[in-house]
Amino acid sequence: MNKHKILTSVAAGLVALSLTGTLAACGSGDSDKGSDGSVYYLNFKPEQASDWEALAADYTAETGVNVTVQTAASGTYETTLKSEMAKSEAPTLFQVNGPVGLQTWKDYASDLSDTSIYEHLSDQSIALTNDEGAPVAIPYAMETYGLIYNKALLDKYFALPDAAITSIDQLTSFDALKKVAEGIQADKDELGVSGAFTSAGFDSSSDWRFKTHLANLPLYYEYKDDNIVGQPATIKGTYLPQYKNIFDLYINNATVEPSSLSGKTIEDANSEFALGQAVFYQNGTWAYNDIKGQSVSDEDLGMLPIYIGAPGEENQGLTTGSENYWVINNEASEADQQATKDFLDWVITSDTGRDAIANTMGFVTPFDTFADYQSSNPLVLADAAYQEAGKTSVTWNFTTMPSEEWKNGVGQALLQYAQGTGEWDAVKTAFVDGWATEYELTNANG
Amino acid sequence: MKRSLTRWGWLFTGPTVLAFMIGFVVPFVLGVYLSFTRFTTVTKSKWVGLANYKGVFSDATFLHSLWYTAAFTIVTTVLINVIAFVVAYLLIKTFRGTNIFRSVFFMPNLIGGIVLGYIWMLLLNGILGYWARSITYSGSYGFWGMVILMCWQQVGYMMVIYIAGLQSIPTDLFESAEVDGASRRQTLFNITIPLVMPSITVCTFLTITNGFKLFDQNLALTNGAPSRMSELLALNIYNTFYGRTGFEGVGQAKAVIFLLIVAALAMLQNRLTRSKETLS
Repeated sequence: MNKHKILTSVAAGLVALSLTGTLAACGSGDSDKGSDGSVYYLNFKPEQASDWEALAADYTAETGVNVTVQTAASGTYETTLKSEMAKSEAPTLFQVNGPVGLQTWKDYASDLSDTSIYEHLSDQSIALTNDEGAPVAIPYAMETYGLIYNKALLDKYFALPDAAITSIDQLTSFDALKKVAEGIQADKDELGVSGAFTSAGFDSSSDWRFKTHLANLPLYYEYKDDNIVGQPATIKGTYLPQYKNIFDLYINNATVEPSSLSGKTIEDANSEFALGQAVFYQNGTWAYNDIKGQSVSDEDLGMLPIYIGAPGEENQGLTTGSENYWVINNEASEADQQATKDFLDWVITSDTGRDAIANTMGFVTPFDTFADYQSSNPLVLADAAYQEAGKTSVTWNFTTMPSEEWKNGVGQALLQYAQGTGEWDAVKTAFVDGWATEYELTNANG
Repeated sequence: MKRSLTRWGWLFTGPTVLAFMIGFVVPFVLGVYLSFTRFTTVTKSKWVGLANYKGVFSDATFLHSLWYTAAFTIVTTVLINVIAFVVAYLLIKTFRGTNIFRSVFFMPNLIGGIVLGYIWMLLLNGILGYWARSITYSGSYGFWGMVILMCWQQVGYMMVIYIAGLQSIPTDLFESAEVDGASRRQTLFNITIPLVMPSITVCTFLTITNGFKLFDQNLALTNGAPSRMSELLALNIYNTFYGRTGFEGVGQAKAVIFLLIVAALAMLQNRLTRSKETLS
């Protein structure tokens, strides 16, 4: 009997122990939190994940404030944010991608008007505001996209006897671009390339280049014509024929057959360009990290505006804007919010922070504290050159697109059209009618 | 003995019950509740009544996924069970290397769905590349790609169940059938199949529910592309919940409807095949 009793109590003890063990594990996050507050940053850019972690470690070493950086895997930021925000240890600092993204998270966005990141903005109007007009989302990285090109290969083309134009300075319109691209495609064997453009992949890693970034151009010209600012309830699709022209040019003068586009990824496009198999690659300043150090040297990297054949495009510059807005979580404790503001202040004013942002991560920032920091990224320098030459930068209007669903509709219609299983009319429908439907749906649900 | 059970029973069942509550009951109740609310994060929600359920049936992608999944389940259930039965029938005969063959057929089951999906994507794209196409070229490519993948993965598992069922048939039944002069065909349809009915019940139940619940393989192989044409129900729900801002409640409502459909089907199927079992 006695032995039995010992056994049961041992068993009871073990079970109790394992239970308390699991329960304790749930709460262990609180133990290392100092009374001064801590920072939890949910980072959006996987390319810079380790850079942010290193920067956070530097800050902790300097001030003793705990900074945790989590990075969502590529393409899963919204998913991760949604589940992280429901936790008790929610991110104190997160990102939204523009006005539409802010709409989702406006209940969590705190007023940033007294912060250093707002005060140091060179142009305070680029901050996103809430319904009361207070700045709640601050962009921290300005980015640029266009047609990245390989200067060496283009020079090789210009040297051909039948070249349509003979210098990059003449490449200032869609017509010139079309002639060059078709010329390269016709002489691809002589030039040693597989095509003029890299594959227009429609895998989810790559389709945003067309359904979002390229679609920005017809949208930009339409907004300009109709004097639209903000998000319209409907659009007309005035520049859809031009959209079709540039898209046709991409898919008919590329390294691959249009029918194989559905499975092509961003890595495919990257490697085609980095290995010198294609002359043009539609992507942005952020692609530099993936391209550099392979067959194309830095001096041979350039970026052209995306010409679609719109009136006045000779003065068109590159497409510049921001999709990276910092938002501080108003549900976090006062101490944590303050710690987050202090951390951001340090990031944009201290030497360590500025060096990491400008040189390691290669961002162009909208803050006045970065005057002495110039990027070494040749694609960023290309943008600076265009601005100096007085060209008008195309704005990022894709942040006003009504929803991810709208982009998907356009992307899928584009793919169907490219591979020959659909008509261009479906793109028009997805673009114009899809906009109205999605605008209504999202605003009814917002 | 009984007294110590009532006194100490909670101690041993307690942790499991607690885990079951945390892992199943609470999320289930919370999930049903959330299907009647609008929310961005599950901790902040607002009651909206049946609005989400209205959203489900006006969503064309859901209806497409529903019939696509139904077709997929019918095709895979038939194919997997027929192939698995044939393989099992061949592998209960004793010849050299039966065990190796059984292991080979069973092995795909040990690989996770995501990995399988990516492996088959590479394989199928490699083959389709010959015609400059890929698995996401159209919805029917994705459909048959997933059918091939599912058969490859599940035939081995069902085969094991059928082998067990076939081996449990007493050999004297076959002997007496032979003495009575029954043809092989008659033996198969009048003795073997009726007697493995319990295995058939289990296997059809598993294949039907697996077909309806399929998620990882779908995500890895096609991710619903193109135009959400190859999107099965589970992926459709996931995409609604995570992919569409403001539609979290609709996704949740879809999940509740999905649960009802799968539960009803599984019960119906179980009743049907069970009734065959008792007849034999």
